[in-house]
Amino acid sequence: MTAQLGNIALWIAFAVALYGAAAAVIGHRRHRSTLLESAYSAVLVHCAVVTVALLCLEYALITSDFSIQYVAFNSSLKYPIWYKIAGLWGALEGSLLLWAWMQAVLAAQVVIMYRRKHRDFIPYVSAVLMGISAFFVSVLLVPANPFAQHFPVPADGRGLNPLLEDTSMLVHPLLLYSGYVGFTVPYAFAMAALITGRLKEEWLFITRRWAVTAWMFLTCGIIYGGWWSYHVLGWGGYWAWDPVENASFMPWLAGTAYIHSVMTQEKRGMLKVWNLTLITLTFALVIFGTFLTRSGILNSVHAFTRGAVGYFFLAFLAVILLSTVSLLSLRADQLKTQGSVDSFLSRESAFLFNNLLLVTFCFTVFLGTIFPLLAEAVRGVKVSVGAPYFNYVAGPIGLGLLFLMGVGSVIPWRGGSWASLRRNLLGPGLAGVAAGCAAFLLGFRGPWVLTTYALAVFVMGVAVQEYYRGIRARRRTAGEGPVQALAQLFIRNRRRYGGFIVHVGFALVAIGIVSSSAFKVEQEGMLKKGEMLQAGKYQVRFDRLTSGEGPTHVKVHGIFTIFNESHEAGEMRPGLRFYPRSNDPIAEVDYWLGLQEDLYVILSSFDRQGAWAVVKVLVNPMVSWIWIGGAIMALGTLIAMLPTRLLSATGAGEKP
Amino acid sequence: MSVARRQGGIERRSKTGPLRAVAASVVLMVLSMVAVLPLAASSLEEQTHQIATELRCPVCQGLSVADSPSGMANQMRDLIRERLQAGESPDAIKAYFVERYGEWILLAPKREGFNLLVWVFPFLGLGGGAVALALVLRRWRRHPEAAPASVDPAYLERVRHEMAQDQS
Amino acid sequence: MKKVLLPLAVIPLLVLLAYGFWTDPTAVPSPLIEKSAPPFALTLFDGDSFRLAELRGKVVVVNFWASWCFPACYEEAPVLEGAWREYKDRDVVVVGVNVQDTEKAAREFMDRFKFTFPNGPDPGGKISIDYGVYGVPETFVLDKEGRIAYKHVGAARGDVLMGQIEGLLHRVPPAVEKKGDHERGA
Repeated sequence: MTAQLGNIALWIAFAVALYGAAAAVIGHRRHRSTLLESAYSAVLVHCAVVTVALLCLEYALITSDFSIQYVAFNSSLKYPIWYKIAGLWGALEGSLLLWAWMQAVLAAQVVIMYRRKHRDFIPYVSAVLMGISAFFVSVLLVPANPFAQHFPVPADGRGLNPLLEDTSMLVHPLLLYSGYVGFTVPYAFAMAALITGRLKEEWLFITRRWAVTAWMFLTCGIIYGGWWSYHVLGWGGYWAWDPVENASFMPWLAGTAYIHSVMTQEKRGMLKVWNLTLITLTFALVIFGTFLTRSGILNSVHAFTRGAVGYFFLAFLAVILLSTVSLLSLRADQLKTQGSVDSFLSRESAFLFNNLLLVTFCFTVFLGTIFPLLAEAVRGVKVSVGAPYFNYVAGPIGLGLLFLMGVGSVIPWRGGSWASLRRNLLGPGLAGVAAGCAAFLLGFRGPWVLTTYALAVFVMGVAVQEYYRGIRARRRTAGEGPVQALAQLFIRNRRRYGGFIVHVGFALVAIGIVSSSAFKVEQEGMLKKGEMLQAGKYQVRFDRLTSGEGPTHVKVHGIFTIFNESHEAGEMRPGLRFYPRSNDPIAEVDYWLGLQEDLYVILSSFDRQGAWAVVKVLVNPMVSWIWIGGAIMALGTLIAMLPTRLLSATGAGEKP
Repeated sequence: MSVARRQGGIERRSKTGPLRAVAASVVLMVLSMVAVLPLAASSLEEQTHQIATELRCPVCQGLSVADSPSGMANQMRDLIRERLQAGESPDAIKAYFVERYGEWILLAPKREGFNLLVWVFPFLGLGGGAVALALVLRRWRRHPEAAPASVDPAYLERVRHEMAQDQS
Repeated sequence: MKKVLLPLAVIPLLVLLAYGFWTDPTAVPSPLIEKSAPPFALTLFDGDSFRLAELRGKVVVVNFWASWCFPACYEEAPVLEGAWREYKDRDVVVVGVNVQDTEKAAREFMDRFKFTFPNGPDPGGKISIDYGVYGVPETFVLDKEGRIAYKHVGAARGDVLMGQIEGLLHRVPPAVEKKGDHERGA
C-alpha cells in the first residue's frame, strides 16, 4: 500500500512539475494570468505531493516494511529510531528522494515569496526550478525507484553500510544537500535574467541571501564531513582528496568565488558575464558532483552505485551546460562590463585575484579528479591522482587566499594609495611577522608552517583592528558604550563585520590543517600485555581485550592506559567491529580531543587469546582548530545575514 | 547611478608598477611550489613514511600506504623498510612497485609525457590568469569605460522599495 | 561564429564523461603479462616446500585466495580443484597461495573443498606484492617458459581456465584477450 501510494505520488509530482514549467512560460509570454497562476499553484502542489512520497518512504522505514526493497537493504529491526529515519538518505534512491523534496520545498518558498514582487523573473525562475525538480523525479521514477518491491519479504533488513552507523549520518548529508539545493535558486534567477534580458543587478540583490545561505550549509557540510572521516573511518585523517570529496569541494570553490565577485557587480556594476558564468559553474559542479557519486565512473569511498542513473545525470549536465552557454553567447553584447578603477590597489582587483585563485584551484581539482579517466582514454594506462598532487597545489593557493583576505578586506573600492594601505595593514602585518618569529622561537620549523601562521595572524589582526576602529568610531561619534557600538556595527554593516569573522574562521582552519599535517606523530607497534609504545609525549600501555555486542555487530575493544610524560592520564578503548556480511572489520577509534593536540588510538589487530594487540597511535596537533574555525565561519555568515529589523532599535539606515 | 571620477589626490601609479607586482607574485608562487619538494628525510622511519605517502594502497579507496590501516598496506610498509635497510634508493623501491602494479600505484602521476598536463596546468592557470588580469586592470585604469547610462529614477525607486521589503 | 563555438566547446567534456561508462574504475591492468613470472618459494600447509623455479617446462596456474573472500573464492575453489585433477598428469601444476589469513581458517577452507593441489601461506605478503595482487581472488596462468600468459581477477571460470591451459599446452595463443579478464566480485 505504502509503495503504491509513494509511486503514485511520484508520478503526479512529475506530471505537475512538467505542467508547472510549461504553464509558467506560456502563461507569462501570452499574458494569460490564470494560466500563470495555475503554474504557481502547480509548484505548491508539487511540493505537497513530493512530501507525500517522502513520508511514505519514511513510514515504511519506521515501520520496517521490508516488502519495499529500499527498506530491506538499508534498515534493520535492530536499529534505534534515528537510524531508521536516517535510512532515508542512506543509499541512492532515498537520498535522491530527499534531494527532490528539498528542491520542491525551495521552489515553493521562492514562488510564495516572490510571485507578486518580481513578476518579470518568477515565471522563468519557476519554470527552471520545476524543470530541475522534474528531472530528479524522473530519476526516481525510472532508474532509482525507492518504492521497488522485494519478494520474498525478508525477516530482517540488511541495515545501513556499517560506516554510516554514526550520529554524523544524521547531520552531514542534510547539511550538504541544503547547500547543493540552495544554489539552484540563484542559478534559476540567473537563467531568468538571461532569458528576459534583464541583466542588471536586480537578480543578484534578490538571490544574495540564498547564495550565502547555501554557501554556509556547504561549508558546514564539508567541514562536518571532515570531522566524520576523522572520528569514524579510523585512519586519522580528515580529507583524502577522494573524488567525491572533491565533488563537494569544487562547487564550494566556485561558490566562494561567486559570493565575492557579486559584491563587485553590486557596488560597481562590473563583471556581469563573469557572475553569470560563476553561478552556472557552481550549479553545474553540483550536478557534476552528483553525477560522479552516482554513476560509478570513478572509484570512491562514497560511490553509491553504478547504473542507468549515471546516464540520466550526464544528460542533465549536458542540458544545463549547453543551454546556459548558448544563452550567454546570445546575450554576450548586452553583458559587456563597464570597468573602471582608479588604481591597481583596489578592492576590485583584490576580488579579481581572489577569483583567479579560487577558480584556478577549482579547475585544478577538476582536472586532477577526471585525469585518470582522461589518461586512460588517451594513453590507455591507468594512473592515480591523489593527495600528494592536490596538497601540492593547495598549499600556495591557500596562502595566496589568506594574504588576499587580509588585504582585500581593507583596501578601498576603486583604488587606494600606498599610504592608506600602509596605514591599514602595517599593524596587522607586523603582528603576522611577529607571530611567525614567535613560532620559530618556540620551535616550529618549516617555511610553509611559519608563513601560514604569519598570514593567519595577519588576517586575524586585520579583523581585530577593524573591529577596534569601528567601535572606537562609534563611541566617539555616537557616544555609545562598547557593547552597543558592537551591535551597531553589526546592524549597520553586517556584511563587512560578519565577513571579518568568516575570514578569522578560515585562518583558524588553515592553522589547523597546516599544523596537523606538518607535526603529526605516528607510531605503530605490536604490544604484549603490559608493554608500552611511545608516541610524542605519550606512552600507551596495552592492558587487555574485552568483547561485546552491538545491535548489528560483534566488537572487540583493547584497553590501553595512557601516560602523559610518565603521569598516568587515563584509559582508552579503541575497538574493531565485526559485521556478519563484511570481511574487514570497521575500526572504532578512541580519541582525546584537545586544543593543542589530539591523541588518537586505533586498534589494528589483536590476538584471539588476548596476548597481544597491534595498536597505531597518532598525535595530531591542532586538529580541533579546524572544527572551531568551521563553526566560526558559520557564525560569521549568520551575522552577515542578520535580519536587521530584529536588531535595529534606532531604525537607523544600513548599508546593504 | 552615474559614477563620478575622483579628482586629484590620487598618487599617479607607474604603468609598469602593477605588472611588476604581478610578475613578482607569480615568481613567488612558482618558487613556493618548488619549495614544497620534500626535504631529505633523516631516519629510516621517516623515509619509509615518505615513500609510503607516495604509494597507493591497492586494496583501499585512494588512501596512501602510509595512511591505510589495512593488512596489505602494513605488509607494503614492511617491505619498503626492508628494502631501505638493504640500501635501495627510494626511486628504485617505487620503480619496483610500478613494475608490478603499473603507474596506478603512484599516488601522483609521473611528471612526464601526457601527465605533464596535470602538473603544468596550475602554473599556467595562475600565471596566465594573473597576467590577463593585470592587463585588464591596466585597461580599466587607463581607459575607463563611459559612465553607464543613467537609470530611470522611478525604476531605481521601485528597486529600492522592493529591496527594503525584502530585508527580512 | 563565437556564439556557436562556445556551446560546442562543452561537448568534448561530455564525451569524456560518457567514455567513463565504458571503463571499469576498479580494474587495474597488470604490467606483468608476457613478463617472466617472479620466482617464489612456499612452505606448503602439509609441510613440503614448493619452488616455482623447479616447474620450468610445465604450465602453472597460481591462484591467490583467502578463506574470508566470500563469495568469489568459494565459487572458484571447485573449479581449481577440478582443473588440477584433470590436468595433473599432463604437465600442469595448480598452486594456491593463501593471503592475509589464519592457518586454522585456511585449513578449514581446504578441507571443505577437498583441495589436493599444493597450497601454502604467504606471510608478509611478499608473494602477493611481487605479483601485483590487489584483491582476492586472482589467478595467474604461466606458460612453459615461466612467463605470465594470463591474469584473471575475480572468481576463476572453468571454461576460461581450461581454454588457457589447453592453449598453452599446445603452444597456441589463446583466443581470449591477452591482457587478462576482470570480473567483478571478490
